[in-house]
Amino acid sequence: MMSAPKVVIPTKKNKISIGRILGKIVLYAMLITSSIVVLVPILWIIGSSLNPGDSLYTSTMFPKNPTFIHYKELFTKTDFPIWYKNTLKIAFANMILSVILTTSSSYVFSRFKFKGKKQGLITILVLQMFPSFLAMTALYVLLMQINLLNTHLGLILVYAGGQIPYNTWLIKGYFDSIPKSLDEAARVDGASNFTTFTKIILPLARPIIVFIALTNFIGPWMDFIFPTLILRTAEKKTLAMGLFAMVTGQTNTKFTTFAAGAILVAVPITLLFVYLQKHIIAGLSSGAVKG
Amino acid sequence: MEKSKKAMLLSLLFMGIGQFYNKQYIKGAIYALIEVITLIFGIPYFKKSIWGLVTLGEVKFHYVNGKAVFDHSLFLMLQGIIALLILAIIIIAYISNVYDAKKNANRMEYKKTTIHDVLDRNFPFIILAPAAVFVMFIVLFPIIFSILIAFTDFSGPYHLPPRALLNWVGLNNFKDLFKLEIWSGTFYGVFVWTVIWAILATVTTYFVGLFLALLINSNEVKFKKFWRSIIILPYAVPGFISLLVLRLMFSGPGPINDWLEAIGLQRVGWLTEPGPAKFVLVLVNMWLGAPYFMALMSSVLTNISKELYESADIDGATGVQKFRFITLPMVLYATAPLLITSFAFNFNNFNIIYFLADGGPVNPEYQYAGHTDILISWIYKLTLNQQQYHMASVVSIIIFIIIASISAYSFTQTRSFKEEDLIQ
Repeated sequence: MMSAPKVVIPTKKNKISIGRILGKIVLYAMLITSSIVVLVPILWIIGSSLNPGDSLYTSTMFPKNPTFIHYKELFTKTDFPIWYKNTLKIAFANMILSVILTTSSSYVFSRFKFKGKKQGLITILVLQMFPSFLAMTALYVLLMQINLLNTHLGLILVYAGGQIPYNTWLIKGYFDSIPKSLDEAARVDGASNFTTFTKIILPLARPIIVFIALTNFIGPWMDFIFPTLILRTAEKKTLAMGLFAMVTGQTNTKFTTFAAGAILVAVPITLLFVYLQKHIIAGLSSGAVKG
Repeated sequence: MEKSKKAMLLSLLFMGIGQFYNKQYIKGAIYALIEVITLIFGIPYFKKSIWGLVTLGEVKFHYVNGKAVFDHSLFLMLQGIIALLILAIIIIAYISNVYDAKKNANRMEYKKTTIHDVLDRNFPFIILAPAAVFVMFIVLFPIIFSILIAFTDFSGPYHLPPRALLNWVGLNNFKDLFKLEIWSGTFYGVFVWTVIWAILATVTTYFVGLFLALLINSNEVKFKKFWRSIIILPYAVPGFISLLVLRLMFSGPGPINDWLEAIGLQRVGWLTEPGPAKFVLVLVNMWLGAPYFMALMSSVLTNISKELYESADIDGATGVQKFRFITLPMVLYATAPLLITSFAFNFNNFNIIYFLADGGPVNPEYQYAGHTDILISWIYKLTLNQQQYHMASVVSIIIFIIIASISAYSFTQTRSFKEEDLIQ
């Protein structure tokens, strides 16, 4: 089968047979087909954003008179810049807070022994699988009582708290794979727990920290349900809320503007993702089952 | 009496006294302060909170001199839960106080300790405290609330605070879900589709991902990195955007139908007819999910030792044999456990159901659910659209039991968990 890795053995001559060429053609045909399937929705939305009209009915994938007017409209006729700023702020704060909370607690769970540690870890992990729509009602009332409703701070605190259980497990798994002899050597040299953590563990755990930072940064760009519940006024809105309303509201006539907005959100995140591919795959597989 | 026993008894009697007896004055003062505060402010507070939790309020909504007077059952319940959490913290402090008194009673030397030493010794607890507070209020507290709702009559239109008081109803909601025709019919229907969906979604993404990974990593293919970067795109593009885009593409006037028409076929109600809608869901999920498996399996493929293939060559193995006996088993062995995690994820894959067709088309035989609704999106509708909180809570508990048992099993297989065994 053509997909099996072949090792070239120097003593044998590399045969160029018809079968092999045919195999190669089929292989590339399948690759190109898959790529087209992947790319069509992406190209379609890019094309749509360049269409002159407003509606889905008239827009085409390859517009005859491409225009950047919708990108301009985003900045002049909608609150897009405010949404972008809000989302960036929430995402950044969530990333920092989450990384601090989770790396520090993972360090404790990885390196210290105390009573009920394992049971505690499992309980938290299992509990956070509880479906969260009703929990939102509780969080809503909680935020109301501490006056954090309709604030970004409230949203950030909820995001940062909600990610702790799962990510603590993920990072703890990574910390566990860092040899304990390194800590002990530092301890012998008189380092405190805090120094050991910041000077030895954290630098060695960079790949998983990049992964956690990235996922926590991207989370708020995608989430739509919870912000809708707690952010009430227009100037607090996030991108996901704003874009969603453009194509699903009663007056869903801003299709091409939505397309332009979607691209301005998707491009930086996609580039970040592709650029950090290696870390992401490493992070995913470290959380996954070890074969 | 032994010194340690005496210190323990003293601390049992009143927090902090044992520490004074051990000549640890600062620590003793802190413990004593906790107890004093609890006794002065805590007792009336806990009494009121527990009363609220047990009765869910007694004053019905009415007007006195034009002003509304009422007990808000929901607030009383939430305050009751918070009080229980605080009580739990105090009990933990109390127990640690007794243990601490016992531990330090027989200290031989009275070394002068600096603040730095104290901080370093209590490092785990100081570091964990903020995360613990977060988890307690943002994860634990809402979950306790969600579970308790299943045992109340919290639902529209007649049982919504503050207009009405809530009541504890025991297991009635569970009975209704399984016995009452309107609820049980919907529940079984949605449940069966949820399981079918989770299996289809998992199997298709897994095997398409495997196929793509083998394709890209084949030795015949040049520019592997280029192809991989293209195929990974659906995983990299923010999910809600691609879902909204695909929803528009499959909508009635969307381009998919235009293209069908262009090649002489009929337009299809992709998202408005049950059969096509389910088909589109699986298809779109494949588009979104297969690249993830492709990426993971690619990293497995590149890690297979070259020596295996070399020795296979020496034994005269054909390409097919090498694939069948080396490549395939290695990839399946390393990634098959992910099928479980993936099943659990798809079982609760709210986003795709919600963004693509919002569970539609509507099924008139169902109670507030559409043809493609899965349990989690049904809960969403029950909670945020229909105010049937009591039933949403019951269904949440059922989902939770299913997912938690699946995940608990798969987590016992992870590195994190296994190495935990080695430590203890």
